[in-house]
Amino acid sequence: MTPLVLRAGRVSALVERRTAVASAALVAAALALGLLGLCYGAEWATPGEVLAAFAGRGDSSVVILEWRLPRVTAALLFGAALGVAGAVFQNLTRNALGSPDIIGLDAGAYTGALLATVLLSGGAGALAAGSIAGGLLAATAVYLLSWKSGINGLRLIVIGIAVNAILTAVNSWIVLRAELEVAMAMAGWSAGSLNGVGWDDLGPGIAVLALLFLLMAVLAPATHQSVLGDEFAVSTGVGLNVLRPLVVLVGVGCTATVTAVAGPIVFVALAAPQIGRRLAGAAGVPFVPAALTGAVLLLAADLAAQMLLAPTSLPVGVMTTAVGGSYFIWLLFKETKKS
Amino acid sequence: MRTDLPRRTAILAGSLLLFAALAGASVCVGAQAIAPAEVLRAFTDYTGSSEHLIVRDVRLPRTVLAVCVGAALGTAGALVQTLTRNPLAEPGILGVTGGAAFAITIGASLGLAGSQTSQLLLASAGSVIAAVIVYAVGRTSPLRLVLAGTALSSLIAGVSLGIRLFEPTVFDQYRFWYVGSLAGREQTPFLIPLAVLVLALVGAMFAARPLNALALGDQVAATLGARVLRIRVAVLVLITLLAATATAVAGPIAFVGLIVPHLARRLAPGSIPWMLGYTMVLSPVLMLAADVLSRVLLPTGEVPVAVVTAFLGGPVLIWAVRRYGASAL
Repeated sequence: MTPLVLRAGRVSALVERRTAVASAALVAAALALGLLGLCYGAEWATPGEVLAAFAGRGDSSVVILEWRLPRVTAALLFGAALGVAGAVFQNLTRNALGSPDIIGLDAGAYTGALLATVLLSGGAGALAAGSIAGGLLAATAVYLLSWKSGINGLRLIVIGIAVNAILTAVNSWIVLRAELEVAMAMAGWSAGSLNGVGWDDLGPGIAVLALLFLLMAVLAPATHQSVLGDEFAVSTGVGLNVLRPLVVLVGVGCTATVTAVAGPIVFVALAAPQIGRRLAGAAGVPFVPAALTGAVLLLAADLAAQMLLAPTSLPVGVMTTAVGGSYFIWLLFKETKKS
Repeated sequence: MRTDLPRRTAILAGSLLLFAALAGASVCVGAQAIAPAEVLRAFTDYTGSSEHLIVRDVRLPRTVLAVCVGAALGTAGALVQTLTRNPLAEPGILGVTGGAAFAITIGASLGLAGSQTSQLLLASAGSVIAAVIVYAVGRTSPLRLVLAGTALSSLIAGVSLGIRLFEPTVFDQYRFWYVGSLAGREQTPFLIPLAVLVLALVGAMFAARPLNALALGDQVAATLGARVLRIRVAVLVLITLLAATATAVAGPIAFVGLIVPHLARRLAPGSIPWMLGYTMVLSPVLMLAADVLSRVLLPTGEVPVAVVTAFLGGPVLIWAVRRYGASAL
């Protein structure tokens, strides 16, 4: 198949047909799931009522626009952010197991949250602050420890392993020493949840993520070039020592924003880029399919989390692993049968 | 490479000395102060006094356990990293740890995980089943194996977290199993698990040379005359046996298997047999050191050995990578 060439003035882009088709299908799936998310709730609203609510009419417009819409938006946006973050680290480390976890973000956020709630007995605000501080501190530590006249993917991985091991050990020890109820509440938080997300929580997050997505769109071509090897990248005009810190900033920023609002939602960052590249039939780990897959995955998981044991809502992290994990295993199984 | 031989032998001898010293310390150190001379007498001139009982029935088995579990996890980690050519791979990557944890959760919610023997059986069954599924899904390429293992581990981790969040008693039992510890585990009937571990470790030594060829890539290995598929299956069976048994006995202490191979690879770049040898000696060293420290660190009680392992191994690994650079697989 011949690739499509998109032109807009001086800017042009080459898109594989299969990537374009897969992306369009993912967008359609996201829209369909989004509509389902707006209809579903304690009271079922018909698609007609949802449309009426958008036009500002109907009785259920408050429920749909103020309760359900922010949650659906959060799922789509955060899923995309996690997908981008995963793609960033998988490209940076040239490793399919790369994800924001490797730089210690999630373990650090959990440590910060545990310290804030278990040791200092703080409330919800302390928990959010603790998780951001912990995650950013851990990421900074890993980054600085790996810096030696530049960032090298393998060194970053190995040092990330060491820091993660230490933090995870601390976490499981705190959980062990804590009161059972507190420990369980924290375990629920650590799975991530979109319960009760409103526009007030989302506002700053949307602004930050929009900026980061824009930055990533600018950096994406150079990032793909750098995956081909450091020497190759430098000789084709990529400034690695400028590019790498910026790319890490995008990955860390996306993950930290999501964690602050919804807790560390696991697995999306790891699975979305890999599922996305398989759907798109791409050679590398492209960003757009990763973001779209992440959005669809997180929204589907969140809907499943709401529906499965309704009216109790499970932490969405439980469902991202269940939904994403099963689908990913099925994809891999198909690949194995083919070869 | 030949010129390197004296240095490598010297390092190996040094590690063995360290190993012996730590094994001795592990028998001598504990909550109850017992003089080394008395410890020696417990073996040569056994009287049945309470001190002799402590040495022979608590500390000795615990030391043996630390050595075997450490060696098993380290070796499993070294094998899995070599096989998948991925430095992020750890013994649990093939679903072994996740499978064991899942089985413990299910068992606890059915009220079956009360005794240590039943926990041992549950963990073994869970890890073997998980490893078989991962192998069935990803057998055609190392990358697919790793991804399938991660996906399956995450999937069952999600399901078991869901179960635990609804059942406080299950959560409580699980968190004590999960932290990974040697304390009290010496009372488990571990003769059969230990026999399995020793056999698998011997098998790993035989696998070292074929793996050297496989490390060059599947195609190069095939042209060199290695039977790629057969070696891969054999190594996978070894990894499963080692990691599953160690996890069943001591809980998930997978860090050992992640950290030590990276250090060992630094000491012997480019040679799988040497790397495996170093791993087999250095993993018990880390484990013993961590276990001894875990007994004396806090006056109030024991720190779980997995916590100490991470605090000892993590900084050493960071230092080694910064000083000497990370060596690729």
